[in-house]
Amino acid sequence: MMNFFATHGNELIIKTWEHLYISMAAILLGVFVAVPLGILLSRAPNFADRFISFIGILQTIPSLAILAFFIPILGVGKLPAIIALFFYSLLPILRNTYIGIRDVNPAVVEAGKGMGMSALQSIIKVELPMALPVIMAGIRLSTVYLIGWATLAAFIGGGGLGDFIFDGLNLYQPSLIIAGTVPATILALIADRLLAFLENRLMPEGLKNSYETA
Amino acid sequence: MLEFHNVTKRYGNGKPAVNNLNLTIKKGEFVCFIGPSGCGKTTTMKMVNRLIDITEGTILVDGKNIKEQDSVKLRRSIGYVIQQIGLMPHMTIRENIVLVGTLLNWTKERKDKRARELIKLVNLPEEYLDKYPHELSGGQQQRIGVLRALAVNPPLILMDEPFGALDPITRDALQEEFKKLQKELNKTIVFVTHDMDEALKLADRIVIMKDGEIVQADTPEEILRNPANEFVEEFLGKDRLIQGRPDVTTVGQIMNSTPITVQIGTTLKSAITKMRDGRVDSLLITDSDNVLKGFLDIESINNNYKKASKVENVMETNIYSVSQDSLLRDTIHKILRRGAQYVPVVDENHRLVGIVTRATLATLVYDTIWGDGTELEEIVAQAE
Repeated sequence: MMNFFATHGNELIIKTWEHLYISMAAILLGVFVAVPLGILLSRAPNFADRFISFIGILQTIPSLAILAFFIPILGVGKLPAIIALFFYSLLPILRNTYIGIRDVNPAVVEAGKGMGMSALQSIIKVELPMALPVIMAGIRLSTVYLIGWATLAAFIGGGGLGDFIFDGLNLYQPSLIIAGTVPATILALIADRLLAFLENRLMPEGLKNSYETA
Repeated sequence: MLEFHNVTKRYGNGKPAVNNLNLTIKKGEFVCFIGPSGCGKTTTMKMVNRLIDITEGTILVDGKNIKEQDSVKLRRSIGYVIQQIGLMPHMTIRENIVLVGTLLNWTKERKDKRARELIKLVNLPEEYLDKYPHELSGGQQQRIGVLRALAVNPPLILMDEPFGALDPITRDALQEEFKKLQKELNKTIVFVTHDMDEALKLADRIVIMKDGEIVQADTPEEILRNPANEFVEEFLGKDRLIQGRPDVTTVGQIMNSTPITVQIGTTLKSAITKMRDGRVDSLLITDSDNVLKGFLDIESINNNYKKASKVENVMETNIYSVSQDSLLRDTIHKILRRGAQYVPVVDENHRLVGIVTRATLATLVYDTIWGDGTELEEIVAQAE
C-alpha cells in the first residue's frame, strides 16, 4: 500500500485533479445549457415532451460509442471527453428543470402575472426559486453519474482516473484498477454531499419549512 | 371608471365566450359578476387586466383604452385577488404584501411602512410580517392576498372568487371585513363569484351572466324584486325569493285592501253594528273622499256612547299610517315595535287603500320559515 503511494502518489493526485476537471467542466456546461433550455421548454409544453424523449434516445447510445464518434470530429484529448460527457449531463438537468418549472403552482404564477410581473421577473423571482429543489436534484444526479463515466475519458486520451483503470486492465494489476475506482467513488460521494449542502443553502427559507410540514 | 364597449372574446372559431358585452362601472362601485360556470364571468374580468386578450371591442379604464397600454404596467395599476390565494411561498408576508411595490422599485423604507399600515387594516399583528405564508391559516392567507392587491393603492381591484376556497365561517367573516374595508377605502371592485348569497351581501350592483351575455345588471334589491326572466329566478332560487320578500315586497302587495271603515257623520250606534258584523274591535274613519281621518276602538265607544252620538266626536285622530309604496321590511319593524294591532295603508293623498294587520305578517313570517310561498302568493294575488 505504502509502496503503491510511493510510486503512484503524485500521479494519483494529478489524475484525480484531471478527473475532477473533466467532470466539473462537463457539468457546468450542462447546467448552463440545460437550465435555460428547460425554462424555454416549459413555455412550449407540446414541443417539450417530444424534445425530451428525443434527448432520452440520444442518452441510450453507449457512452463508449459517443466517445468514439467524437474522435473524427474533435480528435482526442480533454475537449472531446468534456463534450461527450456534457451530452450525458443534459438529460437529467433538462428534464428536472422542465418538470420543476412546469409543476410550480400555477396559482402562484398567475398571481405574479396578475400583479404585473414581466416574464423574466416571473422566472427569476417566482419560478426558479420554487423549482430549485427539483433542479438541484437533477444536477446532483448528473454530477454523480458523470464522475463515474468520466473514467471513460481515458479511452480517448482525456486522462483522469480512468487511466489507472485502463492501465490496470492492460497490465493485469488489480491494485491500479482499485487506485482508479476508489478515488472516483469518493469524489462522487463528496460531490453529492457538497451539492446537497449547496441545495440546502440555496433553498428559500419559506420553502424549507413548507416542505417539512408538507 | 371602467367601461366595456361591445366586448367580445372568441376562442378559436366556436361560440364566443363573451359576446358583445356593454357595461359601465362607476367609481367606488362594488360590482359582482355572477353566473353558472362557463358563462364568461371570469373571462370578462381577466380581460380587464389583459390576462386574456380581447377579440373585439374596447375596455376603458379611467377613460384610457387598455389595449394602448403596456400590459405589465396596466396590471401593476390594477389590484388582483385570486381564489387560490397564490401567495409566494418563498417570500415572507411582508414581501408578499408589497410585491407590486418591489416591482415598481419602491425603497425599502417605503415598502416597510406600507406593509405595516396595511396589516393593521385586517387586524393581524405586525409580527406576522416576518412569517411565511404556510404558517398562516387559509383565512389569514387570503387577508394577505387582499392586502397585496391594495399595496400600491390601485383605484380598481379585480377579485376572482376570492373567498370561494374558504370554509363558510371564515368566508362570512372575510366578507364582512372586506365590505367594510371597501366602503372605507372607496375602491371600485369587480368581483366574480358563483355564490348568490355572497353577491347579494356585498354588491352594489349584480351582473348576472349566461352564455357570455349579460342577463340582468341591477341592484340586489331590484333583482330580487324584478328578476328579468326565468333564468334569473331559477338562479336566485325560490327560497331566496321568498326569504328576500320582506326586503323587496311593498306594503301595497300584501295589505288587505278591504278594511272595515265608517265615514264621518256615522252615528256611534251604527258604528257598533258595523263592528259586530265585521267582528273587529276598531274601525277606521274616513271622510267622503276616503281620506283617513282617525280610528275608533271599542273602548272609546264604551266610554262615550252616552255623551256623543257621532263618530267624529270620539275618534282618535292621532293615527299612524304607512304608505303603500313603503317596503314591508321597514314596516314590520315599526308594527312590531309599536305594539300596534294593525297599520292603515294610505296613498300619497292620504286616502285609505288598505290595512296591514299582525295576522298578515304572521302569514308572511310563516311563509319565510315553513312555506313554499304558495300562501303568500295567494295573498299577493288577492291584493292585486
